Amino acid sequence: MMHSKLLGRILVALTAISALLIVAVVILVTATIIVGGKDTISWAFLTAAPSEGMTEGGIFPAIVGTALLVIIMSVAGVPIGTVTALYLSEYASRKSRIARAIRFAVNTLAGVPAIVFGLFGLGFFVQFVGAGMDNVLTGGVELRWGQPNILWASLTMALLTLPVVIVSVEEAMKTVPQDFRAASLALGATKWQTIWKIVIPNSLTGILTGGILAVSRGAGEVAPILFTGAAYFLPQLPTALSDQFMELGYHIYIMSTQSTNVDATRGIQFATTLVLLLLTFILNFSAIFLRSRVRARQIT
Amino acid sequence: MAHRNDTVAAVTEHVDTARGTSAATPARPGATPPAGDVRPPRQRLTGEMLRRRFRLDEFLAEKLITAVAFVSLATIVMIFVFVFREAAPIFSTAEKAAVPVGVEEAETYGEEFLGDAGKELKDEQSGRESVETAGAMGDATAENLLGTQWQPVSREPKYGLLPLAVGSLKVTLLAILIAAPIAILAALFTSSFAPKWSKEILKPAIEVLAGFPSVVIGFFALVTLATLMQDLFGYQYRLNAFLGGVAMSLAVIPIIFTVAEDALTAVPKYLREASLALGATRWQTALFVTLPAATPGVFAAVLLGFGRAFGETMIVLMATGNAALLTANLFEPVRTMSATIGAEMAEVVFGDTHYNVLFLLGAILFIFTFSLNAVAELFIRQRLLKRFRGI
Repeated sequence: MMHSKLLGRILVALTAISALLIVAVVILVTATIIVGGKDTISWAFLTAAPSEGMTEGGIFPAIVGTALLVIIMSVAGVPIGTVTALYLSEYASRKSRIARAIRFAVNTLAGVPAIVFGLFGLGFFVQFVGAGMDNVLTGGVELRWGQPNILWASLTMALLTLPVVIVSVEEAMKTVPQDFRAASLALGATKWQTIWKIVIPNSLTGILTGGILAVSRGAGEVAPILFTGAAYFLPQLPTALSDQFMELGYHIYIMSTQSTNVDATRGIQFATTLVLLLLTFILNFSAIFLRSRVRARQIT
Repeated sequence: MAHRNDTVAAVTEHVDTARGTSAATPARPGATPPAGDVRPPRQRLTGEMLRRRFRLDEFLAEKLITAVAFVSLATIVMIFVFVFREAAPIFSTAEKAAVPVGVEEAETYGEEFLGDAGKELKDEQSGRESVETAGAMGDATAENLLGTQWQPVSREPKYGLLPLAVGSLKVTLLAILIAAPIAILAALFTSSFAPKWSKEILKPAIEVLAGFPSVVIGFFALVTLATLMQDLFGYQYRLNAFLGGVAMSLAVIPIIFTVAEDALTAVPKYLREASLALGATRWQTALFVTLPAATPGVFAAVLLGFGRAFGETMIVLMATGNAALLTANLFEPVRTMSATIGAEMAEVVFGDTHYNVLFLLGAILFIFTFSLNAVAELFIRQRLLKRFRGI
């Protein structure tokens, strides 16, 4: 049947074209940003502060701010995510209601829009916790914690990236062979000893992967920090948890939309985007590499 | 998981029986104890000994871990509580509609947004201001919220959510219309036709695309794609709903592809083999067997993509022009709900009606994506799995 054969060819061609289109778009976006940013990017650009009303200079404060953000975020988020994964993988039975509720919460959390996290950070951390701390510490006289700062932004981001850590760590814990646990228990070790000496050391790669993926996600999200701590321009680097900070993604956003002379700073915008993109690429590829090692163990 | 727990149970049981028999052996009537056995014959394994001993540290570890695991659950509840808490004053003011709006508050910010049109509007209305209670329009009454104008920073603030909702839907639907066919066809390609080498290009490409920060996609759309598409289509406004939809599709493709591909590869092999054995070609099998079998999963993929696009902020904030126009024209600027929160929250007075309305927008976004995700999960968990088991 010629007719049917032709139809089949068209279908296969369509699917192949779609796949090709995706690859092409990825290359196009990456190439555009590399070409646009490669002339501006330099060692001086990475290590200098913005100058001349943000039309010259570098992005050093934004890099430092992003680094601080993801470090505080990881310190807060990775332990919580790891322990949650530990509970789901080692303690909870699949049918228990609690485990199902927590699993549902993790899935839901992964789907909550980033901007809603931003609102939550503002409503909960800044307005509730922060203002509460001010009331207790200074009697509400001094406004120190009740305003956007790097701590609240980092904690908001930690909650946003929690599902990333949980999923990654749980997957790694599942690949720890049952024999290991059984052998440990048979030798008389308690459950917690088994977890501490067997399960956690064998899932370290997974915990690292989860941390890296969370950092990559956290470094790229802008919406949650729009009103929980990111600042347009700061003459000084943040020195305390109650300071505001500059951030790479936020820098791209304001430089390309709110800056006084958008066209004159195109080079800076492209170069900042390139830095952020390189950062996420490096993080994501190391995570993919580590994950492939975890998965390889699963098969053997 | 269930499987694993069974294994553990089986292993422990096994160990216990082994221990049990060895301990019981000497006491068995008529049996000769082994020569080397020096254990006192009275020792028997009783139920008391087999019972798990209470250990404080184990108990505390388990409780602590369980408590920490509740953080995710608590976060969801707290997002719900705190976003609604800040949105709640609207509903109380909505009832007493005649409360006058704080005029001096409205004046603190306004000109920069409205420009000349706003000034004219103000001049025209300032005469009537003293007579009328501004509350009728200025407060967030139900009538005001359902209105067709979004002008939160004029003397008579208008909080009509309709243009924002329509704007969100326009961009989201466009993004889905572009992303869904491409992503589903590409998923069909990898699951049914692709030679191995092409998978090794496509999979990392999808990972890279999924890893693009949304602000990078937004920047690409704003600077490069906008000019490219304006030259191509020749429409009037550089930033518009169409551009936003196209840019958004880049963020949605990885989600739809990943979930759809999972569903397609989860279709049992025997279904495909049966189809091929009956003489169907590969494409017939893909189109008439694999794809229909995976429909709930593919549908869930589209729903998840929809949720992601609806809540995405940075891309629309940068690429859609952000004018709250209520039109059906796809080539005019739009303002979405998420972009409104992102653009205006930094400039509002805390506790103001405007502030509350922005939180209301957030609450709507939250409820909407929450329901979409719940439905999508239901489709994947129940329908898809049941179907594969049922066949």
